[in-house]
Amino acid sequence: MLQEKLYNYLLHLGDNSMILGQRLGELCGHGPELETDIALTNISLDLFGQVRNYFQAAAQLKGGDATEDSIAMLRYEHEYRNTYLVEQPNEDFAHVIARQFFFDVYHQLVLRELMKSKNETLVAIANKSIKEVDYHVDFSSTWIKRLGDGTEVSHAKMQTAVDTLWRYSMELFKATDTEIWAAESGVGADLDKLKPIYLERVSALLEEATLQLPENTVFQYGAKTGMHSENMGFILAEFQYMQRAYPNMKW
Amino acid sequence: MLGISPKIESLLTSVSDPEIPVLSIMDMGIVRKVELLDDTYNIEITPTYSGCPAMDTIGDDIVTAFKSKGLNATIKLVLAPAWTTDWITERGRKSLEEYGIAAPRSAEVDKAALLGEANTIKCTNCGSLDTKMVSRFGSTACKALFQCNDCHEPFDYFKCLK
Ligand SMILES: [Zn+2]
Repeated sequence: MLQEKLYNYLLHLGDNSMILGQRLGELCGHGPELETDIALTNISLDLFGQVRNYFQAAAQLKGGDATEDSIAMLRYEHEYRNTYLVEQPNEDFAHVIARQFFFDVYHQLVLRELMKSKNETLVAIANKSIKEVDYHVDFSSTWIKRLGDGTEVSHAKMQTAVDTLWRYSMELFKATDTEIWAAESGVGADLDKLKPIYLERVSALLEEATLQLPENTVFQYGAKTGMHSENMGFILAEFQYMQRAYPNMKW
Repeated sequence: MLGISPKIESLLTSVSDPEIPVLSIMDMGIVRKVELLDDTYNIEITPTYSGCPAMDTIGDDIVTAFKSKGLNATIKLVLAPAWTTDWITERGRKSLEEYGIAAPRSAEVDKAALLGEANTIKCTNCGSLDTKMVSRFGSTACKALFQCNDCHEPFDYFKCLK
């Protein structure tokens, strides 16, 4: 029972990073400039590396013939625990950056909590990941400021992206039963505690970037419990294709 | 540090990061433990970055190097304690510089350089300190891309990781 809860928590952690990593991977060779292209795919690689750590631990808990690959690629859509935010399409560079920034700030806060987890594996993964995610936060924050406080066009595009994506941000902090268990047992992050810090950080940076958070936002919830948006099917179709068509295929 | 024989050390030194061939895995500081159990060397290595695609290759290369001397080796990837650029040896830093990759600086210097606040990263081509960061993410996750304002050569800087 305890093992199953921990397994589910590992999915929560891994799935956000994995789906965002997949979205960023779509940009490989399509970034607005070479350096940015490389940065985004490097971030994707960091995220996938972290996911491998979570899913290797999950596979051990699950036992049987579960592997990191089967957990990553052979689940059904409703079994993925990621949020709506990370499944949003790339649209344009402003959307890529806004999505990244909203996730990075959350990701950094959660990892800092996991560094104090009662679970040793999570402590090790978090200590490793935080060094990478600190760079991610720097990267997305810098671009938010550059585009927000840039030209009229870049400002308008950045503001549109913020307006579009903000509605998906609060799902990150709406704890599922698994996340409530994780917080109460000292294994995971207490999302209620992190939410005000998140709001403060995001608001402060957006203000610096001369951007505004939209008012009267109707926040969207549900992906974490398996009710994904239409986007998810397309992501998984591409993501799972090889393993579904050629089971156990390896590079 | 590892308490290993010169023979084993030279075997491990012969394996390098496929993306930075001048840097042996010993000088990178990623070999954390070597233990001989029965007739098998159990070797623990730690990744530089979580997503470093070189780790699998490095593991295979170690096993192959041992096999070439008729020895058995198994590889275990450990995450804790997390790798830091402080574990790169003096010799490793030198070979990086000679290869054209600026070696990591201290955390404070690194931050100032990456934020563009100070020119402290030396051009590996002409030695000038008048350099600028082009991109915080370079050809691999562990490097940032710099350019020299004097000789205009681009070069990699191995980011500080603590
Ligand atoms: Zn120069």
